[in-house]
Amino acid sequence: MSAAANAAATTVPDEVIEIRDLNTRFGDAVVHRDVSLSVRRGDIFALVGGSGCGKSTLLREIIMLQQPVSGSIRVFGQEVIGLSDEQALPLRRRWGMMFERGALFSSLTVAENVAMVLREHTRLGAALIDEIAALKIALTGLPADAGSKYPSELSGGMRKRAALARALALDPELLFLDEPTAGLDPLSAAGIDELVHQLRDALGITIMMVTHDLDLLWRAADRVAVLGEERILGNGTMQELARSEHPIIREYFYGPRGRGAREQGTRVQGAGEQAWNRK
Amino acid sequence: MNVPTTPRHTATQAAADIRPGATPRELRCEGAWLLRSAAQTETRIEACLGALALPIEGELLIDAQAVTALDTSGAWLLHRMRRDLELGGRSVRFIGLRPEFDALLRLTAARTAQPAIAPPHAPGVLARFGSSAWEGLLGALGLLSFLGASAHALMRALKQPRRIRWRSILYNLQTAGVAALPITGLLSFLLGIVIAYQGAEQLRRVGANIYIADLVGLSMVRELSPLITAIIVAGRSGSAYAAQIGTMKVTEEIDALRTIGIGPLDLLVLPKVLALVIALPLLTVYTDIMGVLGGMVMARAQLDVGFATFIDRLDNAVSLTSFLIGIGKAPVFAVIIALVGCYQGFQVNGSAESVGRQTTVSVVQSIFLVILVDALFSIVFSWLKL
Repeated sequence: MSAAANAAATTVPDEVIEIRDLNTRFGDAVVHRDVSLSVRRGDIFALVGGSGCGKSTLLREIIMLQQPVSGSIRVFGQEVIGLSDEQALPLRRRWGMMFERGALFSSLTVAENVAMVLREHTRLGAALIDEIAALKIALTGLPADAGSKYPSELSGGMRKRAALARALALDPELLFLDEPTAGLDPLSAAGIDELVHQLRDALGITIMMVTHDLDLLWRAADRVAVLGEERILGNGTMQELARSEHPIIREYFYGPRGRGAREQGTRVQGAGEQAWNRK
Repeated sequence: MNVPTTPRHTATQAAADIRPGATPRELRCEGAWLLRSAAQTETRIEACLGALALPIEGELLIDAQAVTALDTSGAWLLHRMRRDLELGGRSVRFIGLRPEFDALLRLTAARTAQPAIAPPHAPGVLARFGSSAWEGLLGALGLLSFLGASAHALMRALKQPRRIRWRSILYNLQTAGVAALPITGLLSFLLGIVIAYQGAEQLRRVGANIYIADLVGLSMVRELSPLITAIIVAGRSGSAYAAQIGTMKVTEEIDALRTIGIGPLDLLVLPKVLALVIALPLLTVYTDIMGVLGGMVMARAQLDVGFATFIDRLDNAVSLTSFLIGIGKAPVFAVIIALVGCYQGFQVNGSAESVGRQTTVSVVQSIFLVILVDALFSIVFSWLKL
């Protein structure tokens, strides 16, 4: 690594996201109670938990769509709570978000959806923008003719890929994925696993995702945090969590659907590592 | 874990550059090939390649050892440069590229191997004229067939009156009728004032003050009050129908209704049409009264025609036929407004923009049709000498 890059590496903290003592309430309902969490650079980090446990809320708080009651959220070393839109802009350019249902602009084609972000934030020529947009669309595995289609003309899985292409438009350092595989067929979902890995390896992106997909967790996630009972119940690699004694975590991973995914996953992951053994 | 870290947002990195290498068969790339400087990088590539007389054939080496950072836009520029260089029959090889950058470049090359699809050819003036005429024709036919389908649904509903959704009709009566009372009342009152004011000047000149009752009464009751009521209701309720049904179409609620076995026409269209057919004539009676009231106020202020005199004269001036003609037009207008609003709602095709467009179209089209039909009524009535 060159000296310049080395110098840069020391100024950039290793923790891309750092959450301390976060409290969230909706009226009387407590969503998060003193939640602390950190995501390291280059990790594929997954947040899991039952429906309505506040995973998506946590994600929305990190990307400043919602405000917690108290606590601290630092992204790239900068506190995001209470930031004005103007102050937030440089941060927002450094991350990309893929929404659960795509949230593509319905009056623009897929290519225009991606190009719009580039046009807004860069001063590139129109031809180069179109080429980069086409590349992003191709990177997510969409066919070339998908770019000229409107979101309403795409299937659910294709819409998800298009949303990912838009999230990648500015080559973000940090990528948020809300349920990246929900509603996809197994083949497309496997494609997303692979894509997430490729992105991380090729671009060094840090990825934080919220998911229910146990297959995706076993195949792609480096670290996993389980959210439940308003707290972080467990935090570690899948192997560590699988050994956890906590009843909710055990139920999550040892439920009828957890077993198959785990066996599959260990076969994939365990190749070079020590085989996971059940105690 | 061995993850390449590319600290991409640091000011210390040199910008991307490309320059001739040690031999004529060599190019050197260096610096950070990142999105934020992609525009300059693109110019640099063009300038460098343009200034060089590269050999036409054989192998070119691109030394990329000094590339410190690379993202997808940088990878695209490298890939595009290689592609362009190889067009002339050369072969291009990158050397010294870091493994993670090489992986990214290979990913870029692999994913863009398929040829890009050319954007569709833009149609000429004649083609656009033809297609918009064709669309207009299809729209008219569509509205007609929608009218037929609604009539059919009404027939079925009348055969089984239990299927009529009374609750929904009452709700629509409330929102399209009762809630429209203040605005329609106010506007027709003002319209009555305006007409009386304009007429007063002329009538005073010929000393025919009392005919103010004929002028205001006839014009309001027969023509203006049904028309103004229909126009306001088209803007208030017709647009709401289009937006509601259009949004339901976007969120697939219409499909859900069909799947559950509820006809969208039965649930969404018939109650609106029936409610408006009841509400609009009643609203028209109300606006008749308000308009005449406005005229009366103006007549007393400008022409010294008292309320009692005015009402006496009104009795002679406005025949029952004129009153019924005015009221009779209202249900026809109601059917037009409700059907056009609902029809345009069903024409929405999935985007948020299309909801807005069809809503606008519904208002314009229903006001246009209301005025058109009103003119047709006038012609027919003059034939019938009514």
